Amino acid sequence: MGPLVPDLIGNELNFVVAILIGIAFGFILEQAGFSTSKKLVGLFYGYDFTVLRVFFTAGITAMIGVVALGHFGLLDLSLIYVNPTFLWSALVGGLIMGLGFVIGGFCPGTSVCAAAIGKIDAMIFVVGGFLGVFIFAEGYPWFETLYKAEDWGNVTLFDTLGTSQGIFAFGMTFMAVGAFWFTTWVEKKVNGKENPELQPKKLYLGLGLTLFVLGIATIFMPERRTELLADAATAVSNQKMDVTTIDELAFRLLDKDPKLQIVDLRTATEFQKFSLPNSTNMTLEELFGKDASKILSIKNKHIVFVADNEVDEKKAAYIVEELGYRNFSILEGGISFFKKEILEYKPAGEPKTRQEIDTHKFRQRAVKELPALIQNAKKGAAPKKKSTRVIGGC
Amino acid sequence: MNETKYMNPYLAGFFLGLLLLVTIFITGRGLGASGATKSGVVAAVSSVAPAHAADSKFYSEYLKEHDDSPLKNWLVFEVIGVIMGAFISGLVSNRLSLTLEKIPTVSSKTRIITALIGGALFGLGSQLGRGCTSGSALSGMAVLSTGGIITMMAIFGGAYAFAWFFRKLWLYPGGK
Repeated sequence: MGPLVPDLIGNELNFVVAILIGIAFGFILEQAGFSTSKKLVGLFYGYDFTVLRVFFTAGITAMIGVVALGHFGLLDLSLIYVNPTFLWSALVGGLIMGLGFVIGGFCPGTSVCAAAIGKIDAMIFVVGGFLGVFIFAEGYPWFETLYKAEDWGNVTLFDTLGTSQGIFAFGMTFMAVGAFWFTTWVEKKVNGKENPELQPKKLYLGLGLTLFVLGIATIFMPERRTELLADAATAVSNQKMDVTTIDELAFRLLDKDPKLQIVDLRTATEFQKFSLPNSTNMTLEELFGKDASKILSIKNKHIVFVADNEVDEKKAAYIVEELGYRNFSILEGGISFFKKEILEYKPAGEPKTRQEIDTHKFRQRAVKELPALIQNAKKGAAPKKKSTRVIGGC
Repeated sequence: MNETKYMNPYLAGFFLGLLLLVTIFITGRGLGASGATKSGVVAAVSSVAPAHAADSKFYSEYLKEHDDSPLKNWLVFEVIGVIMGAFISGLVSNRLSLTLEKIPTVSSKTRIITALIGGALFGLGSQLGRGCTSGSALSGMAVLSTGGIITMMAIFGGAYAFAWFFRKLWLYPGGK
């Protein structure tokens, strides 16, 4: 499950990856014609819409890809960097950049490309960029209020607008394709002829259409988390689940069964107060994440979900089943039942049948031995490590 | 000189989008450019005037995050790659040449000054907007970030709004 950094690819190797990605980035930008200011500013004077075409096609392609990877559980969207939203600095900063664009004829990435192939104006633009950052750095106390105003956090636009991710992605695709059509028309008017780079027409019409269809497909890819959480709430009542009885769990704990992995779904505070050995604390939402997938996908481990009640356990079991995991069960009656019947075991009456006598004997042993195990586990427990969002941005 | 034609913009955009997707999948973050400029400025200031850098909030916050060296930053390596990649592309497409590109009605002096001012404005704006066209607008769009999309609209909207005032830098009678 992505992102691959920092688990599969270490931080040092990541720098090598950065260079390779950079090479591809620079190559594509230069091939697209982003190494000449004339082509770049053409966008703003109506004679060349290359920038818009490349930019929106790239944005839409990546967006559809991100939505799809998230939907199929290949990418943990809670770990990727979502640029934070600070309303005023985003607006004012953007306007200043727009001004810089029409005066200087480049943006930072394109200026580096153009400088690399020998454009002197681009080299000067790069120098100007350093100057601009320096001015900001020196004037930071003065800019700080604006810089930090209206902090909305790492929000996505579909959150802000309250639409579903798929509908929103489709809307963006629709807008982009509309813009492609419109700008081609404007370009033809301004230049009096068709853009030779858009030939052969059929090929690119096909490409556009494919993108459009993929855009439509994103509507049917609701964010998996929201969808499954909603389904889990309704599906649990009639779902048949593997159940681990309280005696079985107690036995496995006493036996120090190495295959046992308990996933505790209660709140962190409750977990702090009391938890069983070999258990890890997780919320239902966290089951979708990369941290959970590391635990759930360990071969030969049997996961037992524990919570205050069976309903929460069943929800978790439903979700992980949908996510494709198989080796799990829920605890009979929830953790309170386990506490009452095992840890605070008091025989209800004289055991009569053979089975009742066995249970009685076993529970007497459990009452004696388990508390010590629980105490020890608590002492030895390592603080939980949590993967955090990548810090990115400029 | 026989320059080869540029790539079809939709095809280039498709490749760029795939690259961005791969980048997000591998690293969890998007592409960028202006961040490298920031690293460069912090590195320069902290080596020329370390006392000043330690004093000022902007530098010290950045230095705290990069305890090895301010240049040991993902975007610095990425931009080194960009320079290499663009150079290779220029080489294979026969576009390498040392030129100051401008329209005939603009003097070299004007072009140099406008490039410097434009770069400075972009540098300043990218700090305020937390990213430039690549880091904020493009990568922000891919992850549907509200801030990224606002910045994108502000960059392009702003450029259109100001374009008329600077038309003499780019357009001249009978050509462009």
